[in-house]
Amino acid sequence: MPETRSTAYDSKIEGNVIFTRFDAALNWVRKNSLWPMPMGLACCAIELMAAAASRFDIARFGAEVMRFSPRQCDVMIVAGTVTYKMALAVKRIYEQMPEPKWVIAMGACASTGGMYRSYATLQGIDQLIPVDVYISGCPPRPEALLAGLMKLQEKISRERSFRNQKPELAEKFEEAFG
Amino acid sequence: MTSQELLDLLSKSFGEKIQNETEFRGETSFTIAASDVHEIANFCRDELSFDYLLDITSIDNFGEDPRFEIVCHLYSMPHGVHLRLKLRVPEELGAVDTISDIWPTANWHEREAYDMMGIKFTGHPDLRRILMWDGYPFFPLRKDFPLEGLPSEMPDVAFTKVTPMEGGPFVTVPSTAGSKDREPRAHPPEL
Repeated sequence: MPETRSTAYDSKIEGNVIFTRFDAALNWVRKNSLWPMPMGLACCAIELMAAAASRFDIARFGAEVMRFSPRQCDVMIVAGTVTYKMALAVKRIYEQMPEPKWVIAMGACASTGGMYRSYATLQGIDQLIPVDVYISGCPPRPEALLAGLMKLQEKISRERSFRNQKPELAEKFEEAFG
Repeated sequence: MTSQELLDLLSKSFGEKIQNETEFRGETSFTIAASDVHEIANFCRDELSFDYLLDITSIDNFGEDPRFEIVCHLYSMPHGVHLRLKLRVPEELGAVDTISDIWPTANWHEREAYDMMGIKFTGHPDLRRILMWDGYPFFPLRKDFPLEGLPSEMPDVAFTKVTPMEGGPFVTVPSTAGSKDREPRAHPPEL
């Protein structure tokens, strides 16, 4: 029989204590409460709305709180054709979002310009802002958006959040604890 | 009144100014000189009861003379008659008289014609671009403007880049060709 050791210093809270890495806890909190900035620019926005509605219910993945103020958002969902006239406005809204922030390029247009190979359309929002997840489709079905969201959650759960956010503090800890 | 009676009235009043009268599916079109548009449009509204301006479109017949053409689509609510005025607009003609004082809806239509085709309208109350931004240097629907666009830069306002065509332009006709031929950019040859 392996030896079992009590991890609690006080029997009253025994079983209520878990050990984990700080990053894992932080990422778990972050990824399950992503507040989207709905950057609805074209027909993809209709599918985005459908994903938020009862049938698909993006709330199951913790991303139901669509905020129309970038200052309260975590993830910008660029849903639709980004024209050059709109491009700098999208960039500006992205810059107004507080860190940490992520971007989902939803659909062919936001990813590459899609079928709009013309003078008026930006050929992919990644030319202006960094994109974390691209979703194919024209427009993608709500399931595809949910799959993209889950991909983003996976990505967030692998991030070294503490080091990214507080590099000096992380270095001090590493020096102190090896 | 039938459409024929209306048109007879029009030809009686303006005679030689009305040319190339054609009829297609009960809708009549004719060509007029750009300088006559205000007079004829006024007559159409006040005397012939064409109270509704459906649309104004502009055409670039690049390489022909006159180069541009403006088409005003009129409709008469009381008589249910369609009418098209086609204006010949040579490139060297500075501007066309506005008809936004006759039909206020022409205001934005003329702004669009100015934005996309570069045709100016004298007497227009607010002749700014409507789709592209102020300061955009080109007129994108002209035939000599490339489909992939031209680079432009207005700091803090907007910019444009040349669109990669890579085998395009792409047409939306039903085809048995595979996606590799229809959408070359989706399958770059090096991959």
